[in-house]
Amino acid sequence: MEDAVILNYTVSPDDFTRAGEASSDIKSKLKQLGVGTEVVRKVAIAMYEGEINMVIHAKGGEVSVVITPERIRMVLADKGPGIPDVELAMKAGYSTAPDEIRNLGFGAGMGLPNMKKYTDEMVIETKLGVGTTITMVVNM
Amino acid sequence: MTAKDVRQILGARVLTGEELLEREINSACGADMMSDVLAFSKDHSVLLTGLCNPQVIRTAEMLDIACIIFVRGKKPEPAILEMAKARELIIMETGHRMFSACGMLYQAGLRGGKV
Repeated sequence: MEDAVILNYTVSPDDFTRAGEASSDIKSKLKQLGVGTEVVRKVAIAMYEGEINMVIHAKGGEVSVVITPERIRMVLADKGPGIPDVELAMKAGYSTAPDEIRNLGFGAGMGLPNMKKYTDEMVIETKLGVGTTITMVVNM
Repeated sequence: MTAKDVRQILGARVLTGEELLEREINSACGADMMSDVLAFSKDHSVLLTGLCNPQVIRTAEMLDIACIIFVRGKKPEPAILEMAKARELIIMETGHRMFSACGMLYQAGLRGGKV
């Protein structure tokens, strides 16, 4: 891998059935590029949690992934309601997801903590009423 | 054990992946919350769940889970089985409830694996 590989996706709003399509594609691209299993797994889980969050909380958004020989950088940007209290949102078990989402198997309040757990760097930029951008880095 | 052994222990019905039953199964987890599977699952080859939607397949895909067992007689829709097939996943269905199904596999020597 000489140059950076850039992948862009649009996560469609309110379509829970399709949530995960971007993560699925990123996972197979990384495998094709010969990236190690453990790194692929971390990226896949973090991306998938992020994608689910975008569908649940933010009516979808844009995902951009840059793959270089040193690291994988994922930027997930949405125009959702923003996160009022990031520290609280990062607490394992804290969730504002509605019951219908819990019935679908998500909303256990593990999304953001999981994203942090599986990545080497994670930055949340959020503004109420404007949106949230989460940048995650996984080192090779 | 192999996926074939799992099928036998649970008296399960294979819905897709019949040709993959020789796969080695090292550990298992049981959950209805996919968030928890994503948070706590590592190196699991089997996922037992009563949740029946496309995100179960996606969760298995992200975690490299080899086999999904739907408990309590849950039957996935054809679209879900198609997704599983495309990802080379084994899907089984058993009438046993979660607790019993997990217990039967545990008794046969299967464990929860690393967290």
